[in-house]
Amino acid sequence: MAEKKIVDGRGSFCPGPLMELIAALKSSEIGDELEVLSTDKGSANDIPEWVNKVGHEYIATTESDGVWHIMIRKAK
Amino acid sequence: MKILIVGGGMGGTILANNLARRLTNELKTGKAKITMLSASEKHMYQPGLLYLAVGRITPDELYRDQASLLEPGINFHVDPVEEFMLDNNQVKTKSGKTFDYDIMVIATGSRMFPEGIPGMVEGAETFYTEETALKMFKTLKDFEGGKVVITVGVPHKCPMAPLEITFMLHDYFKDRGMLDKVQLHYTYPIGRVHALENVAKWAAPEMDKLGIKYDTFFNIKEVDAANKVLKSEEGVDINYDLLITIPTHKGMEVVEKNGLGQNGWIPTNKTKLNMEGRDNVFVVGDTTNIPISKAGSTAHFEADTLGENIAAIVKMGTPVREYDGKVFCFIEAGKDRATYAMFNYQNPPDPKAPTKAVHWFKMAYNKLYWISARGLL
Repeated sequence: MAEKKIVDGRGSFCPGPLMELIAALKSSEIGDELEVLSTDKGSANDIPEWVNKVGHEYIATTESDGVWHIMIRKAK
Repeated sequence: MKILIVGGGMGGTILANNLARRLTNELKTGKAKITMLSASEKHMYQPGLLYLAVGRITPDELYRDQASLLEPGINFHVDPVEEFMLDNNQVKTKSGKTFDYDIMVIATGSRMFPEGIPGMVEGAETFYTEETALKMFKTLKDFEGGKVVITVGVPHKCPMAPLEITFMLHDYFKDRGMLDKVQLHYTYPIGRVHALENVAKWAAPEMDKLGIKYDTFFNIKEVDAANKVLKSEEGVDINYDLLITIPTHKGMEVVEKNGLGQNGWIPTNKTKLNMEGRDNVFVVGDTTNIPISKAGSTAHFEADTLGENIAAIVKMGTPVREYDGKVFCFIEAGKDRATYAMFNYQNPPDPKAPTKAVHWFKMAYNKLYWISARGLL
């Protein structure tokens, strides 16, 4: 059954939210939804760009109090 | 109060010594007791492996006897933990002994896991153990030219290592007078050449200047060792003559087996450094799941924080400060120049142009480390 996971990359300059997401995807199942939390606004561009490039599903991005919430689904 | 430190790497050792100094009187009177359980009687200076891989140091320079690094009041046992019984405040070791604790710190570190990528063990060189670093050096020595590809797994220990080995390889081949026969090709998992934006802004022009090619958004899918092809999740294939990997890492098996954290990373509060859901269990260094660099300096600064806090808990029942995410990493930019990156949860780094002075400070730190491990620097 698909799960929803939070990848908390707030305050992470290195390795950073995208690298945290890449690591989290390795231990996720196809269909799992992952929500990345990031305090780096660059993540709002970098993460969807990479997700589309590699073939996962980008769902949406929202921002609240300086935290970006980027939702994706593992597709492969 | 019984303080148990599980793991004798950089974080565990600095913490044990830091605590022993802060609790001198308590150790003398028996009010506190510090015990360390480690898997090895030797302590390795892991950053030295980078230099071993390019023939700049010899293996014996990497090691000291662990007991020689510890303050006299610390009870040290070479007896790794096999079972964590958190509800009973106990651990069971390989020898079958049970140790009780009031406060436990888990500092078991991480391990490379190239086996997670098909073909990687057969197809690539690496330098994250003494054995692999020596093998890599011997391969480099016999290398007569061709395309050298550097590729990076996620997550990995030492975020500067991908850049450092690339720049050091450039100078290694330059010194051998064979740069015209070698093409260096660097790959990185995200959309720039390093996770830290300011480091990437410095490193990409350096690579351009040195003629090092790079591909970004390159996550390793598999290695076709027979045909010498590296394949990415993004669908890109790169041919190579020599493949060097910064391997994917996992936490230690004992952490996974005991169900303390997926992939061996223990869920840890990023400022208090306690294991989530446990007030008397702390985690230091690579073992945490904190989204921060897996690096010796992270372990060092976390250990400094925990040393103050655990001593304060013994003396007055409460911790006194929070970990701010501080990390300081040297970045070797070749054989004779270096820079550094210092940052925390709030402030990104701002690396300067590499200098010989910083390189020589790093070389000095390679020796000063043993003072650092003793908790003096």
